[in-house]
Amino acid sequence: MKRGARALVYISVLTAQAMVLSWVEGLIPMPLPVPGARLGLANIVTLVAAYTLPWPSVLLVVAARTVLGSFLFSGLSTLLYSLSAGLVSAVVMLLSRRLLKGGMRSVLAVSLIGAIVHNLTQLTVAALVLENIRVFWAYLPWLILLAVPAGLFVGGAGRLLLRYVDRLQLNLK
Amino acid sequence: MAIGRSTKIILIITALAVLGAALALLLRPAGQPGEVLVTVDGTAYGRYPLDTDTDFTVDTPWGYNRVVIHDGQADVYEADCPDKICVNTAPAREIGDMIVCLPHKLVVEIVPEDAP
Repeated sequence: MKRGARALVYISVLTAQAMVLSWVEGLIPMPLPVPGARLGLANIVTLVAAYTLPWPSVLLVVAARTVLGSFLFSGLSTLLYSLSAGLVSAVVMLLSRRLLKGGMRSVLAVSLIGAIVHNLTQLTVAALVLENIRVFWAYLPWLILLAVPAGLFVGGAGRLLLRYVDRLQLNLK
Repeated sequence: MAIGRSTKIILIITALAVLGAALALLLRPAGQPGEVLVTVDGTAYGRYPLDTDTDFTVDTPWGYNRVVIHDGQADVYEADCPDKICVNTAPAREIGDMIVCLPHKLVVEIVPEDAP
């Protein structure tokens, strides 16, 4: 298969997987004191993409999965939050992957950073929409506390998955 | 796969952030007198004392939220927003507690009495 076709197939598979993960996540109840808190399972896909694709394709996967996901599951009103948080955290994850070096050994740290930045971006956008800075400070501790277990879980899953993706020898980067 | 050195540093920083966040939540002052402030789209809609039971509906340009104050706490009982997150949020009673309805740009929060 030509490289371009291979990349297209791989990007499509990742996007489809993110859709399934978003759906599965909707089935898991989250009895937490923070409204709208989620595990962020679809971020596994962003993480894997960040280690296997060039950066424009990573952003493409994130944009595709958030736009499609909001149409299918959460409704258009949440697109502003998921798209901004998805793109900003993807950019920061790509940058931190480069800065941390160490190849696959940085997956866990990059995932943690991605989870925290994802939450911070959503909170910032929410505070801007509501024009209420107190919202930011009230939810900041919760978001940090929740981002860490979510980031570790996503990072662990991403590490496992990347072992297998590595064997495919896609050479898309 | 081993964990890299930079990853360890990130893990330590994260652990400190978690500690700070946990402390911030645990050391919140409780029992101070507060009142209910309702904000829509960044502008104050009204202030209500916590010790007087009331039941009112806030009409925002995007929909309504029914706010009930009873037994010293404020709660959103019903709303026509799509996600119902405000309805499912626990009642607010201590200063700093909040109920947010993002689709309606509505915030119900407990603020110190006479605070701007």
